Amino acid sequence: MARTIAMLSVHPSRGLVDEKFRVEVENLPPACPVTLHCLHRSEDQDHWEAFGHYCSDHSGTVKVSEDESFGGTYSGREHMGLLWSMRPVPGSRRGLRLRKTRVDFPMTLLISVYRGHLTAGFRELPPVASVVAERWYMAPGVKRIAVEERGVTGTFFIPPGPGPFPGVLDMWGGGGGLVEYRSALLASHGFASMALKYIDPGDTPTDMAMGYFETAFQIIQDHPQVTSDRVGILGLSFGTSVALTLAAYSQISRPRCCVGISGSHAYPINRPVAELFGEMGMNEKKMKRDEEDNVIMRNLILPIATDPAKKVDVGRIECPLLLVNGDDDQNWATTESAEDIANMMSVAGNKHLLTTLTYPKAGHLIEPPFTPHIRASNFIVQHSKEKVIMLWGGEPKAHAVAQEDSWKRILNFLKEHLCIEPTLAPQAKL
Amino acid sequence: MMAGAVHPILSVCPSRALFTEKFRVLVENLPPGLSVTLHSLHCSEMKDYWEAFGHYVADNKGTVDVSQEASLGGTYTGKEPMGLLWSMIPVPGSKEHAVLFKVDVETPQEVLISVFQGHLSEGFRQKPPLASVVAERWSMAPGLKRIRVQEKEIEGILFIPPGPGPFPGVLDLWGYEVELTECRPAMLASQGFVAFVAKYVIPGRELKMDYFLRAFEFLQEHPLVISNRVGLIGLSQGAIVVLNMACRTEAISPRCCVSINGSHLLMEESSVTFWKKQFKMKEHTILRNEQNHVTMRGLTLPLPNEATINMENINCPLLLVVGEGDLNFPSAECAELMAKRMHTAGKEHLLTILSYPGAGHILHLPNSNLVRISRYRLPCFDQHEIMLWGGHPKPHAFAEEDSWDKILAFLKQHLYPDPQSDPDAAL
Repeated sequence: MARTIAMLSVHPSRGLVDEKFRVEVENLPPACPVTLHCLHRSEDQDHWEAFGHYCSDHSGTVKVSEDESFGGTYSGREHMGLLWSMRPVPGSRRGLRLRKTRVDFPMTLLISVYRGHLTAGFRELPPVASVVAERWYMAPGVKRIAVEERGVTGTFFIPPGPGPFPGVLDMWGGGGGLVEYRSALLASHGFASMALKYIDPGDTPTDMAMGYFETAFQIIQDHPQVTSDRVGILGLSFGTSVALTLAAYSQISRPRCCVGISGSHAYPINRPVAELFGEMGMNEKKMKRDEEDNVIMRNLILPIATDPAKKVDVGRIECPLLLVNGDDDQNWATTESAEDIANMMSVAGNKHLLTTLTYPKAGHLIEPPFTPHIRASNFIVQHSKEKVIMLWGGEPKAHAVAQEDSWKRILNFLKEHLCIEPTLAPQAKL
Repeated sequence: MMAGAVHPILSVCPSRALFTEKFRVLVENLPPGLSVTLHSLHCSEMKDYWEAFGHYVADNKGTVDVSQEASLGGTYTGKEPMGLLWSMIPVPGSKEHAVLFKVDVETPQEVLISVFQGHLSEGFRQKPPLASVVAERWSMAPGLKRIRVQEKEIEGILFIPPGPGPFPGVLDLWGYEVELTECRPAMLASQGFVAFVAKYVIPGRELKMDYFLRAFEFLQEHPLVISNRVGLIGLSQGAIVVLNMACRTEAISPRCCVSINGSHLLMEESSVTFWKKQFKMKEHTILRNEQNHVTMRGLTLPLPNEATINMENINCPLLLVVGEGDLNFPSAECAELMAKRMHTAGKEHLLTILSYPGAGHILHLPNSNLVRISRYRLPCFDQHEIMLWGGHPKPHAFAEEDSWDKILAFLKQHLYPDPQSDPDAAL
């Protein structure tokens, strides 16, 4: 039998989702062509894969973090290419999106090295060697607590230790449901973060309006392990509209800072959410379809309204605001919105609070790093319950750059505004 | 919750790591110049609590980096990135002579790491910390298979790395204990070896040398093992056994052999009979101090040639690891005698000796705490005795870390075929 001589390693073998890992192969013959391959089976039982073509150096070594991939699902020197360039294996169902539901279990990856430069047939050919890596959303010691109080549904993630901790209200967009993984990751970085459910794909309460979000914010502030005046809001897509509404108008919820990812100031939450989605539905003619029948929603809010009643009055915001956008966002007109937000804040005199990050060729779903770029995926349109494939936009490499960079910036932004510097606060004490 | 509280930021990176890997403990956002104590706490499977702590002062940026700065006091001093693990001691009030080791290798060891204000040496339970994080220490890399073996009269635990294989193999023998110690073979498998730890004591059976030789053959014949790439590693009694095996070149052909605090005593009978015989001959050499703690290192000295194995028969590279502070075995003396024998036989080129001042008998994996003393029963004793194993924490920790790196390098060098020079090796 042919002998396995290659020594394949991944380090760390267990890491957080936003941590880098090093994949190395040693003990190969020199100048040996090999393929590094990564395989993941999702909770939905779909298979995702990525691969890169390498050539061992004079010492018989391949280091993914340092060497160039000659081809595959990524090319060039890409430390984490085996993760962010993952895509469904040939023959998979259409419109898949990789999302973790059980955050208390890791994602398991099978990383293998094959002889030669392969682009297919990974299942049929035996690899030379394989290792397993685990990717976790929850650091050890993070507590996951189901929230069902005062009419609010969510999941609270609390870091280990006595606290108190800065808090974050974490909201996703129109896809709805209770999506926990980003909050789990924020808690792994020391923030008590609550993932909020506010749209139920089956049945959003017709009366859910701004009061729901203010209550959610209050629940976070009231938690004994949260510093009540150090709570921020993080929203993606429609969640940004919620965040901006609270920041601009709420007398009860005073966020210390706000992050809006791939969002807009359109659709202020001045009416029940269900009504707003109904209104979006009435603008259906503004939705386009591309040649693959994917739905492009970005024109829905274009042109940006001039009527102040149709957008959040961002001039009223009193806390630092970070906007994160991809300029290839096909779902919301986020770059146009960001421009208008900047103009409004300029006129109002609070523009110094605004930081905007716009990533070239990134799409709508800017998520924590090293997770695959999703250009289009299955979606149930809120008001009509129609199943479509929604185009999110973006190109894999550029989107990966956006995810990695923006996540660092978001964490720094939250740390800067939610964690006091001891030298700056004269009354600060331990 | 109150407003205006400062948030010191404590992190341990990586938060999940293999037992042998290092981590970095970092505290940020402290007032500069603040005295703090870094503290670790672990509740073992035996429900004993273990702790370690170091005293630090935040620098002008308000940071304490345990990997870079010196501890000024506590259970360890100086620049010790892993001091919070290897210097662990039982918390006050613990039962006497508790020993810390991991039984279930499939679950991680959880360590609570905290930062306290001030330089504390006690009262950690009573005072709330400024911050805490949890580190998980794993014995098994992801994807490893752990298989209980009970076939052809061989009993033990087999650890198989993920992947198609085949892999080099290692027969791993621990010290004389009824229960198997699985951490080291699990860690070897995490490094790409098929590792098999064979049982020593099976009720109703006398396990003699041929049992271990058959265990070696079992490993060689495993479909996922490269049959001419199987090595041996043993500690204490296990070291005696592997050295005995290494010179049985008429029966087996180990590719290399690692002996940790062992000796080249000839063991023709079972371990039980062997130790009873030693004891009968030399009971007077066992020292007891005023607390009745036992030092056994004199038991096997002197070592006449006829009581030892034919070292001249050894054909494979041999690595001897010696703790010079060993109170249980005369490891250093035996290593010297073994070196002389190898030299006389013209085989000194096969031999490497690593000798560590201040290290004791139980040289375990890196980041393990020192087992200097414990309750123990050899078959030659009627009851449990309090055994002294020797060693001092800091040099022992260094020996564990340094020897592990060298043992791994040794095993990889001799068990993984080099594609550049090995005609058998093929991709």
